Amino acid sequence: MTPPGALDRPHEPDMREDAATLDTRRAQEARLAAAWRVPTGWRYWSAVNNTVVGQWYIALTLMFFAFGGVLALAMRLQLAVPENTLLAAEHYNQIFTVHGSVMMFLFAIPIFEAVSIAFLPAMIGARELPFPRLSAFGFWAFAIGGLFLCGSLAFDAAPKGGWFMYPPLTSGYQPDIGADIWLLGFSFIEVAAIAAAVELIVGVLRSRPPGMRIDLMPLYAWYVLVAAVMVLFAFPPLIAGTMLLELERALGWPFFDPRGGGDPLLWQHLFWIFGHPEVYIVFLPSVALVAMIVPTAARQPIVGYTWVVLSAIGTGFLSFGLWVHHMFTTGLPGLTLAIFSAASAAVAVPTTVQFVCFAATLLTGRPARSVPMLFIAGGIATFVIGGLTGVMVAMAPFDLQAHDTFFVVAHLHTVLIGGTVFPLLAGLYYYYPLIGGKGLSDRLGRWSFWLSFVGFNLTFMPMHVLGLLGMPRRVFTYSAGLGWETLNLVATAGAFILAAGIAVAAWDVVRPKRRAPLLPRNPWQAGTIEWLPPQPNPSWGMRMIPAIASRYPLWDQPSLVRDYDEGRGFLPDAEEGRREMLVTSTVDAAPQQCLRIGGPTFLTLWAAVAVGSMFVFATFKRYELAALSTAVSLVLVLTWLWTGTGAIPEKATKHVGFGVELPLYLRGRDAVGWWAMCITMLAVLTAFLSIVFGYFFYWTLDADFVPGAARAQGGGALAAAGGAVGLAWALTLGARHWNAADRGRAFYASVLAGAAIGAGAVATLSWALAASALDPTASVYAATVWLLVAWCAVHVGLGVVMQVYCAARRFAGRMTAGHDIDISNTALFWHFAAATVGITMAVLVGFPAVS
Amino acid sequence: MLAAGLAGGQPPLSTLDTSGEDARAIAGVFWWMASGAAVVWLIAVGVLLYCLAGHRRIARTQARRIVVAGGVVTPLVLLAVLVGTVLPGVSRLVDGAPPPAAFVVRVAGERWWWRVSYPLSDGRRVDLANELYLPLGRTTHLELSSDNVIHSFWIPSLAGKVDMVPGRTTHLTLEPTRAAAVRGVCAEYCGASHARMAFDAFVVEAAEFDRWLQAESRQAASPESAAARDGAAVFAASGCGACHTVRGTGAAGTIGPDLTHVGRRRRLAAATLSNDDDQREHWLERPDAVKPGALMPGFAALGAPRLTALSAYLRELR
Repeated sequence: MTPPGALDRPHEPDMREDAATLDTRRAQEARLAAAWRVPTGWRYWSAVNNTVVGQWYIALTLMFFAFGGVLALAMRLQLAVPENTLLAAEHYNQIFTVHGSVMMFLFAIPIFEAVSIAFLPAMIGARELPFPRLSAFGFWAFAIGGLFLCGSLAFDAAPKGGWFMYPPLTSGYQPDIGADIWLLGFSFIEVAAIAAAVELIVGVLRSRPPGMRIDLMPLYAWYVLVAAVMVLFAFPPLIAGTMLLELERALGWPFFDPRGGGDPLLWQHLFWIFGHPEVYIVFLPSVALVAMIVPTAARQPIVGYTWVVLSAIGTGFLSFGLWVHHMFTTGLPGLTLAIFSAASAAVAVPTTVQFVCFAATLLTGRPARSVPMLFIAGGIATFVIGGLTGVMVAMAPFDLQAHDTFFVVAHLHTVLIGGTVFPLLAGLYYYYPLIGGKGLSDRLGRWSFWLSFVGFNLTFMPMHVLGLLGMPRRVFTYSAGLGWETLNLVATAGAFILAAGIAVAAWDVVRPKRRAPLLPRNPWQAGTIEWLPPQPNPSWGMRMIPAIASRYPLWDQPSLVRDYDEGRGFLPDAEEGRREMLVTSTVDAAPQQCLRIGGPTFLTLWAAVAVGSMFVFATFKRYELAALSTAVSLVLVLTWLWTGTGAIPEKATKHVGFGVELPLYLRGRDAVGWWAMCITMLAVLTAFLSIVFGYFFYWTLDADFVPGAARAQGGGALAAAGGAVGLAWALTLGARHWNAADRGRAFYASVLAGAAIGAGAVATLSWALAASALDPTASVYAATVWLLVAWCAVHVGLGVVMQVYCAARRFAGRMTAGHDIDISNTALFWHFAAATVGITMAVLVGFPAVS
Repeated sequence: MLAAGLAGGQPPLSTLDTSGEDARAIAGVFWWMASGAAVVWLIAVGVLLYCLAGHRRIARTQARRIVVAGGVVTPLVLLAVLVGTVLPGVSRLVDGAPPPAAFVVRVAGERWWWRVSYPLSDGRRVDLANELYLPLGRTTHLELSSDNVIHSFWIPSLAGKVDMVPGRTTHLTLEPTRAAAVRGVCAEYCGASHARMAFDAFVVEAAEFDRWLQAESRQAASPESAAARDGAAVFAASGCGACHTVRGTGAAGTIGPDLTHVGRRRRLAAATLSNDDDQREHWLERPDAVKPGALMPGFAALGAPRLTALSAYLRELR
């Protein structure tokens, strides 16, 4: 199974020459352990190791899953019999809203990020992800936001607009704080999700071990890459939508109010442009677990690796073109419905490809029976039902009946439980030995599976029929005599059996295991390298970074285990006591850099608290405190960047093993920081473009959307600001050039002039808004103009902060001609700022002139 | 299970027990797809179990051929057949422009009831609420709207649902195929009492329909019993007319449902209560207990005798 053109390294390592004696090995291990030590005592919470943060993340998402499950049981109790009075309507409405929101935003999406943060580095033989502090920040943001949302239920202040929060119900008809909690709380969590996505994309692309070319990486990494890229483009439209809705709620800007020219359907478009890809963001990483477990069970490499990868990518692409199938009943023309129906059905093809690849892989081996395979088999049998009902509801004619009924409730739970929860439980039983080396119980695992499987079917199969019998979703009760009584009662009983099954698995995880034996190394005899380290594994992650030449190195590279144990690999030591990892090239995984990454810090926690306060205070309309929190956040983030990033190493290069000498500092486009900035800015640009989409959406509704009088107005001020931004951008590029040429004075003059002109542009944009006759509460056109211009102002304002930061960095000697990450990232930011301002000009000034 | 669920008589909201052309066509599509899905599922699970059993090992080249045949070709063929069969019918279901002679009934979603307006032969319109009559053998064109939140108009046994979106007008064409008494509901979550937003729909012979519309278009009947006459006075004195219209009296409010012939309706409170004295009085006393968040205030303060009189008046508004 060794692929052609095996590992291509400049110097073939001489094993004997590099072999360490036992003593030096012990010394290496001591230094590694010290560098990667997880703090103890209360400082434990300052840890940033991916294994630790990943475990916190997984534990918390599972707790939110349990919470969402309890809410589901409450709903099922209420619906067990007709005209039940157990829950009042307003409580029921809060509960179903929080149930859906928690399961989607606090369980299904974050569990993929949590599992990936915990295990992805091991799967790709990396010691860490490139931005461990960003992962920790993301975790704390998620924890604060999640607790804020769930806590609201205890104060009877929870959102009650349904998890897709359609206005005008949520804009004009629910004045209480619940909707604000949803909008701002989830915006915060979405920021955390995007942070994790950036981390995972750069992790997959740049931190693989030498030799693990992109076509050799484990399928899990492919799926995570696809899902993380989807997060990057799917979440921003939702963030933009939430911004519009919160602006309408707080300030009365009529984005969704037809009386001001707005349209409630814009929200539905923005929500589902997020919401449909979201389904696959949830689903693909769980399939990824299946793709890891199935070859292990068959003891055979996956059949159709390329097919699986292409299918995952194809699913990701297609999923952005299906959103309208959530809007088939909104009165769209038949042609639109037919096109989106066909596209929605098409997504069944790549899905089928993946499952047939798994089946074919099993056929090439003699699959071992195990609890993970039991969950996978049950999951696939269930998911196929969900897939088939999915094709049914994708067909617009049937959807006109099934939409918004319990048929859809049944369909989506069948897909999510069969396609996500069961594979996750399989993954739990499969990967649990990676945390401490002990296994879960086969007996409890089988109990958990059969209870869950039977309970699931009893709960959700009757719901299909209920939908066909006309039961709409989101009803707090129903009348007797509609033929729904028995089916609802069965569903409620089933829900408790399902919950019992989940509870058994939960007990299996938390029960004390002091006396349980340690499993042998690589207990499933898997082929992938996350099983390489012996368990329990010290906090260094990988003892050394192996050279990889196969998709299943543990099967195909016989000396790997011994080399690992003897430290014969890359970076087997931490000579300077620093946390170090390898950065490799995107496609070929050729070593490029020995990257030093940050260790434990409380800064990430405080930064998350500060950013969280900003959202919480804004929710309670304490805008002065929110502004203060914003300032504190900025200070904390700048401190974090100043102390923790772009540090100039004490030497230029370092020997990482096998005679390979790597730089400690990479400049420009090779730097992982540049990649992270670029990826983040793509997400920001997508959010901005979602608002531009809104502008043209309104224009298609009403050709007179741009009032005649507005065409001439304010164009001068906007053009002046646009010119200033262009100049500031050019000066930033100049500053980057002069810094690299080590011409200090020219650098300072350029970067500070750029900052001054940028500040002038911000002032001009603000003045243009304040002085204009446009009242953002009066018309959706004015509101859109205000938002686009304000967006530009904030963007340019951040650019100014970065310019001043760069000047200070050089002044403090933390940035030099050869170490210019700060200014090159700032220049990158300004490319996007210039693009944003340019697009705004084209839309606000250019478009009305030509249309 | 489906059969068991359907065995209990004729559920009034069933999508499969149809009395309209659209619903009949969609139910056909459903049975067709559901049968196909069942076959595909059985095959898929059979294959899965066979693969798990590990009876026979196959070569990797053979396995790759299975991927192409089973994973790519088979679903493409099945989906092409499905799409080619089902989708040409979409346009007929949603694009139905009103034929010139069609009768345009307006329905507006309110929180949480239905405002209905029928055209009369003389060009005037008559406002009703929470009941829809449809003439058999004629096509009825509905114009749907909402000036508050999004609702969705749905009579499962007649046709698919159509949303009522503020700022837009949507359309639905109904072609009943048999006389029936069925129900409609709001399908889109619309706030506290979404679950309490239903209506009755009656498909009747054309002649009966004409008689019904004729009767509905008349002014309100004068109360006959003494209790009802008292009730009329209570109605006037309590300000009910600020929200409700009773044609032929001074009451001309348009916030709540038209009550001119409320006594003739089968049910009250958007088909939530039966239209009998007990439930009617209960509703007048505490609307919020029936319909959480209802905009109508409770009139318990009137006291039992006056509530009974008021209820008698409403009963006689036939």
